[in-house]
Amino acid sequence: MWWYIGRRVLQMVPVILGATLLIYGMVFLQPGDPVRALFGDKPVSPSVVEQIRADYNLDKPFIVQWLLFLKGALTLDFGVNFSQEQISQVITDAMPVTFRLALMAFAFEAVLGIIFGTISGLRKGKFFDSAMLVVSLLLIAVPIFVLGFVAQFVFGIKLGWVPPTVGGDVSFQRLLLPAMVLGSVSFAYVLRLTRTSVAENLSADHVRTATAKGLKRGQVVTRHVLRNSLIPVVTFLGADFGALMAGALVTEGIFNVPGIGNELYQSIRGGDGASVVAIVTFMVLVYAVASLLVDLLYAALDPRIRYDK
Amino acid sequence: MTSEHRPGQERFVAPLEETPLKAVDSVDTSSPPTSMWSDAWRSLRRNPLFLVSAALILFLILVVAFPSLFTDENPRRCLLSENSLGAPRAGHPFGFDQQGCDVFARVVYGARASVTVGILTTLFVVVIGGILGALAGFYGGLLDAILSRVTDVFFAIPLVLAAIVGLQMLKNIRGDSPGFVLSVLPVILALAAFGWPQVMRIMRGAVLTVKNMEYIDAATSIGATRRRNLVRHVVPNALAPVIVVATVSLGIFIVAESTLSYLGLGLPSRVMSWGNDIAQAQNVVGTAPRVLFYPASALALTVLSFILLGDAVRDALDPKARKR
Repeated sequence: MWWYIGRRVLQMVPVILGATLLIYGMVFLQPGDPVRALFGDKPVSPSVVEQIRADYNLDKPFIVQWLLFLKGALTLDFGVNFSQEQISQVITDAMPVTFRLALMAFAFEAVLGIIFGTISGLRKGKFFDSAMLVVSLLLIAVPIFVLGFVAQFVFGIKLGWVPPTVGGDVSFQRLLLPAMVLGSVSFAYVLRLTRTSVAENLSADHVRTATAKGLKRGQVVTRHVLRNSLIPVVTFLGADFGALMAGALVTEGIFNVPGIGNELYQSIRGGDGASVVAIVTFMVLVYAVASLLVDLLYAALDPRIRYDK
Repeated sequence: MTSEHRPGQERFVAPLEETPLKAVDSVDTSSPPTSMWSDAWRSLRRNPLFLVSAALILFLILVVAFPSLFTDENPRRCLLSENSLGAPRAGHPFGFDQQGCDVFARVVYGARASVTVGILTTLFVVVIGGILGALAGFYGGLLDAILSRVTDVFFAIPLVLAAIVGLQMLKNIRGDSPGFVLSVLPVILALAAFGWPQVMRIMRGAVLTVKNMEYIDAATSIGATRRRNLVRHVVPNALAPVIVVATVSLGIFIVAESTLSYLGLGLPSRVMSWGNDIAQAQNVVGTAPRVLFYPASALALTVLSFILLGDAVRDALDPKARKR
């Protein structure tokens, strides 16, 4: 087990290094001068430009810049952004908000998706199943920001059940609607995956045996059908946590949530490369850790999977 | 020289030129083919889901190619003072948006950008991912290790996030007032650059399965080279899952384009697209929800058609699912 974890962590290293290099390249190898852009049309003395370039390591060759960035990242020091704030501080401030939002979305999609998906799978072709199929297809087909506007308008403004924007106060109630919007697309995927998987496993031999030896329906479903059906769902959920982080970019914008997505969007629009690289690297890291956790979860679900060898 | 023909047989028999015994085993190609593909086609034709989604997509392609067949209005002729948020009236079934443009005309003309992005991105993704996946799966070894790690790197960055950063980089190739091609191209490139890993992984997996099949050994034993095996036998038989994923992703890319345009990083606002129109309509959700409703519905219907088409194709190509 520990051997396996160690090997997986080692495998993650080149992927994360590659991802940072890729992002770093995309941000800093672009034509145009970010320092000039910072001043817009205002006249600026060449010495000031030189000073700023030196401050941000922009005067060094690309690979050296990247290595310096990595060196800083190892000690969680991402330098300062264009407004002279410590980027690591910005991340630590904004991260808990996004984390809470993503966790709520994750709980929403996982719990409801699996429950509804299981019911759909058990009653394939019945009314509930058809209704869920239509709902899930709509959720996938409608872009998340359209869903966001509509939910914000209907529940936030028309009905007044929840405040339309979140703002500074990130309580559970205020984050509920954004979290549901954020998790909606994945909810649809989880539902569809669970449904297919459950329907497939229902006709498996071991399920017939379990029924034949007289187990109650509920026990058959939870112990024999569901446990076997959850493996593809868990795979999806693991990969999805990273996508939720990225999805937060849109959702946080609509509902004005002061999270990392919002911060990233501002940095991208402002051309603040150092912040963009730091935040995206952080998100990739979260994604990698989430997929590691999923791999470890497999063993709990399927005893056939062993990590020792 | 016609041997007795059994369903699917010709897929297991090498073409004439690599058969040293000169056509002893070759199959008469003039008989009705019963390959995986024709089998799938036969079951597709009977699937109402396929017929509906295919009809919708054909209609959509017609709209994209000849928008002027569907409306006489000029979507760029907007009368702010007279028509802003005007209600539907004769000749203007969907009413007017905030700028006083005809919503129906904009929905019709907006199809072009959205669908172009979807189709071309999918094409790029299938070509890049397909080639890399086939090479990695077929040749294995060091090549596979390198290609798979590179794929992991691209896969580790979520699609929309990566596309945003990529577009920021590509915005300079656009210039100040880009034409249609230069407006659409960066979006396509940014999405394709990070959309291919999924296809690569699926293609690699399919090739790994197919390359161990008996018919590949058979082709090798009668003298087919490795490259010929890959091109003529492995890839055609491994394409099925890729086609399914590609169909569904086409819809996903259209949604991604609209999201990018909404964020102000996708298509420039002067290009008519559903994404841009939806983003514009955000301000008037309360007063005139139909301005949001029509482009959003057009987009959703398009995405839905491709998802359903993908589902139907998967059912047709997967005999296991067909039985049930």
